[in-house]
Amino acid sequence: MNIITCIKQVPASSNVEVDPITGVLIRDGSNVKMNPFDLYALEFAFRIKELSDNSLISTITMGPPQAKKALLEALHMGADNAYLLSDRSFAGADCLATSYALSQMVRRIGKFDLIICGKQTTDGDTAQVGPEIAEFLKIPHVSYASHITKMTDKSITVICHYDEYDEEIELDFPALITVDKADFAPRLPSFKRKKQFSDYQIKTFTLNDMEDKEKNNYGLNGSPTQVEEIFPPNKKKDSKLIKGDFKDLAEEFVEILTKNKFI
Amino acid sequence: MGYIKINQDKVNKEVAEQLKKLCPFNAFEYEDAYLSINAACKLCKMCVKKGPLGVCEFVETRKKTIERTDYQGITVYIQQKHNKAHPVSWELVGKALELAKKTNEEVFAIVIGDDVTKIAEEALEYGVNKVFVYQDKAFGEFNTELYANVIERFYEEYQVNVILFGGTAEGRSFAPKVAARLRTGLTADCTVLDIKENGDLIQIRPAFGVNIMAKIITPKYRPQMATIRYKMFDAPKKIAPIGKIINKEIKNISLETKIKIINEKRFQEAKDISDAEVIIACGRGFKKEKDLELIEPLVNRLNAEIACTRPLIEKGWFDAKKQIGLSGRTVKPKIIINLGISGSVQYIEGMKDSELIISINKDLNNKLFDISHYAIQADIYEIIPRINQVLENI
Repeated sequence: MNIITCIKQVPASSNVEVDPITGVLIRDGSNVKMNPFDLYALEFAFRIKELSDNSLISTITMGPPQAKKALLEALHMGADNAYLLSDRSFAGADCLATSYALSQMVRRIGKFDLIICGKQTTDGDTAQVGPEIAEFLKIPHVSYASHITKMTDKSITVICHYDEYDEEIELDFPALITVDKADFAPRLPSFKRKKQFSDYQIKTFTLNDMEDKEKNNYGLNGSPTQVEEIFPPNKKKDSKLIKGDFKDLAEEFVEILTKNKFI
Repeated sequence: MGYIKINQDKVNKEVAEQLKKLCPFNAFEYEDAYLSINAACKLCKMCVKKGPLGVCEFVETRKKTIERTDYQGITVYIQQKHNKAHPVSWELVGKALELAKKTNEEVFAIVIGDDVTKIAEEALEYGVNKVFVYQDKAFGEFNTELYANVIERFYEEYQVNVILFGGTAEGRSFAPKVAARLRTGLTADCTVLDIKENGDLIQIRPAFGVNIMAKIITPKYRPQMATIRYKMFDAPKKIAPIGKIINKEIKNISLETKIKIINEKRFQEAKDISDAEVIIACGRGFKKEKDLELIEPLVNRLNAEIACTRPLIEKGWFDAKKQIGLSGRTVKPKIIINLGISGSVQYIEGMKDSELIISINKDLNNKLFDISHYAIQADIYEIIPRINQVLENI
């Protein structure tokens, strides 16, 4: 069985502010990490591989050359192959353009049975890229899968969290699932695999490797949505700051609750 | 539509360093005296606006335009299960009515299901002008493939300006499929929606995973699509219906699917925090899982629901349904007490409409204090035991 996992490198910290006077973003450090939900997507794939012989897990990401680090981590955890999609033309891509590029990348890699994505990234929080990749590839998808209940060579059955319900859904291959946090913990990169992959060269694909080479379908040009403006969130005007000795503050806290009839 | 052009003749080492520092996304690379931008660029144009003069330039390319007046109608997809509408649908109708007034458009609703006439009638009571109903046994259970075929057919027939979806788990799985099918933009979890006179939808949401808000538009594509979380807006008051129900043929819609719903089970668990009236929320200020026991007396006294921030979910201390924020639940309780929470913009967007907000944190420099009615600067490890003592005596 051929499995493709899509991962993304995201900022390790969300602590970025806008300078109210200059409008410049002030960030603290430039640390990056693998999107935490993608760790579960990978673990999901590893578990499927353990169930069925002859599975091959490929990992793909789109991003700058530095994103190779996330791919290496995936290899050290248990992926068999890794591919990077990187090109200036992909800059400024919104969900649709990102999904389109990734769907082209999947087509480039070739035959697959199952694509697994994390349910969302922690920097975009949209949960849109997985379902959009599926639509571009004309395959069925489910979001928020947490368990596999059945697998045959033709289909996969998973439990999904949909609002107040757990639904058990069967999908015919090829299919795409996005993975929610499950009961299991993702495995750590192994030292043995690190050594095993020390000479591994991650293959980089560019626009020229894609079936559709039309620049206008990618990056900012292929993105329907545009950021018109960015600004800091509003402050509340009637905020009251209370400082002092914690013993007095505890009294005051209880007083506020009493005054507002919660006690 | 465009790219950032670097005028290399103005580049030197200093300029390169300056731009590297300025760029929020680390997209600049300087090698062999050549400055380039890599795929990390998000086209925020900070380098053009704030960088050294004349080095970076935004070059507008292909200009695709649309005839905006060809697209009319603010449309709401009515999410339903077991022939009952999800309340977020009516909240969206309320917002749609507001937007439509500004641009003098009609408000439409799309209802898909096997026995949904009652829902269609309800939509009329909420003030919808036209309810389009697609009814068939095959639509009895929500199915992204079949339902997407319906919306595709609807849009072929009616070139509407906007389609809104509830930001529920179902909506967030379904809307992107529709967006890719129609090759249009979709903005997730908007916290503010407005509309320009020309019909362009203004969509505001936290952006780039950081503490900033972005105003997003979809000026050259239609329909404009957005998802909005439950409890972001208010449902409108019911009125005497003025609109009409239009039952649509489903004949030419493909009912082929590779998805089969085997089983469904309602969660057997504690109340959802979205409906809680009293919430005590915990953040990273708690160092160990065991320390959460500290808040038990307060929780019992107030009969509160416990909620948390995303980092505590990532640590595995709480079930994901207890998470407040854009990637968790939106809450509007009568009171929320935030303990040791620094307040990411995603968290704040998920609780800022609470009636009374009290936040306790030892660090003055936290965003949550700015939006709290009472911001108490104290160490939770000191003040909570003391609060418990005070409570014992009253």
